[in-house]
Amino acid sequence: MQKSTLLALLRSDRVALVAAVWLVLIAGVALVGPEIVGKAATSIDLRARNAPPFDFSRDWVHWLGSDSLGRGILARIFLAARTTLGIALASVLVSMIVGGVLGIVAGLSRGRLGKVIMRSMDVVMSFPSLLMALIVLYVLGGAPANIVVVLAITRLPVYVRTARAEVLEIRERAFISAALVMGARPFHLALHHITPLVLPTLLIIGSLDFAYVMLAESALSFLGMGVQPPSITWGLMVAEGRGYLASAWWLAFWPGLFIMLTALAANLLAGWFRIANDPTLRAAQGDASHA
Amino acid sequence: MNRFVLRHGTQSLFALLCLLVLVFFLARLTGDPTDLYLPMDASLEQRAAFAESHGFNDPLVVQFGRYLAGLARFDFGDSLFQGRPAIDAVLAAFPVTLKLAGITLALALSLAILIGSLAAWRPRSVFDRIASMLTIASASAPDFWVAIVAILVFAVSLGWLPTSGMGTAAHWIMPVGVLMVRPLGLLTQIVRAAMIGALASPYVKTARAKGAGKSRIIFVHGLRNAMLTVVTVAGDQAATLINGAVVVETVFGWPGIGNLMIQAIQQRDFAVLQACILVTALAIFVMNLLIDIAYSRLDPRIRNA
Repeated sequence: MQKSTLLALLRSDRVALVAAVWLVLIAGVALVGPEIVGKAATSIDLRARNAPPFDFSRDWVHWLGSDSLGRGILARIFLAARTTLGIALASVLVSMIVGGVLGIVAGLSRGRLGKVIMRSMDVVMSFPSLLMALIVLYVLGGAPANIVVVLAITRLPVYVRTARAEVLEIRERAFISAALVMGARPFHLALHHITPLVLPTLLIIGSLDFAYVMLAESALSFLGMGVQPPSITWGLMVAEGRGYLASAWWLAFWPGLFIMLTALAANLLAGWFRIANDPTLRAAQGDASHA
Repeated sequence: MNRFVLRHGTQSLFALLCLLVLVFFLARLTGDPTDLYLPMDASLEQRAAFAESHGFNDPLVVQFGRYLAGLARFDFGDSLFQGRPAIDAVLAAFPVTLKLAGITLALALSLAILIGSLAAWRPRSVFDRIASMLTIASASAPDFWVAIVAILVFAVSLGWLPTSGMGTAAHWIMPVGVLMVRPLGLLTQIVRAAMIGALASPYVKTARAKGAGKSRIIFVHGLRNAMLTVVTVAGDQAATLINGAVVVETVFGWPGIGNLMIQAIQQRDFAVLQACILVTALAIFVMNLLIDIAYSRLDPRIRNA
């Protein structure tokens, strides 16, 4: 699909447009936010201790309130955006690439290798992912890289199964037989003939998975097994604010709202992206309307 | 039917075994319980005696063999922290989670069938649009935050509901409500999609032509055929529900299996952790088996395969 038509489609769907604008804003915050707020997010300011939100006489970082050390919540949210989104994006990419490769291998191999891959995916799927992640992270510790690996593993089966199913269908087509007759090696076949056909599906799953992974990381950090202080994510901010519910509700409320809005925008845009990429779905849904 | 159920059964049993091995060795990597359970100034002899009496000195493989031998006799080992058989601690916590998850899933499923069917009746109607927006929102809601906001509104501000603990019916409202948010959204979407497919089929046209009423078409002709997909997804959700139960039990202070498991990890209480995981995995295994059976009951093509 042409870029210009995609943009035109986006402009005609108000809900998807709002979602896209929010995601662009949040991505911008993740890119430059920590530099903008600078020291305001970490330095102690006792005059602003537990300042309530919507006090516009203060500096803008305090507009959503401040914590018990006088650090502005908005500044903390800006600082945490990079870790939160970074971990989610990295997890999606890792699981999409590794899962895609494993799935293509499993689809092409008619021998034992494919079976081993699929059975190990069954093992991953046979147990609640959050519990598995809790145990593994307790062993490894909550460094961001570990969280990325653990989250990626729990999401692997989706990509492996989809990629394999697609390959099973693709490999029966005529152009694959033609390539084989012309002497294409398995690696060449996988890279040049199969990957381009599987990739769009994987991208759509990845876009739908982004919100899921972000929520999973937030839950892990909330339970205290994810990112460890002084690193900070939105989920960890909610956990830290939980103890002050009765006295300072804004500590836990705002970061959670940012999680929710970002996940919502990601889900809306992913749903729109799926429909925009599929002309039959687009027709069924009434051209530009969203799901 | 039996071959289908049997094949799935053996596959999941194999997965369960792998899981046991994985957890046993992973748990031992978290560190030495001796450091946690004896005081800082314990003498070397005391430490040695503690490790010896719990068998921590043997090679891991020997410990694993002993564990398996115990399992064969339904002996799951003793809890280090609670000083009673691990299985007792797990069986005390399990019904709490089971009830929580069961009530939630039953409620979510009935509501999803109702809302999803009505939304599918006229796609793109106002009701359908509102339902679709709400289901997407519910799939995006972080459950721990929803729990906290619910406490903030209903317990702290309004004072209508208790913040934690269990006992009266009022204690159940918030945990069940919070746990229901995500499965409800997803199941409604699935029911809607499956029903749109079913309602477009020729036999529904025939039913309409014969003059069957709206509710009869939806719930007799449409729903029975849409249920296949819904049952599968509901089964997947049941395992995911355990994820949510961990969060909900933590926030509301419920003595369920999720809470117990987090404690066991933090206290390096290996026997309890292993028993928790074994019982949870077994429960999921049994449920998947039931779903396979229900599936083959619902679909004659599978039953007779």
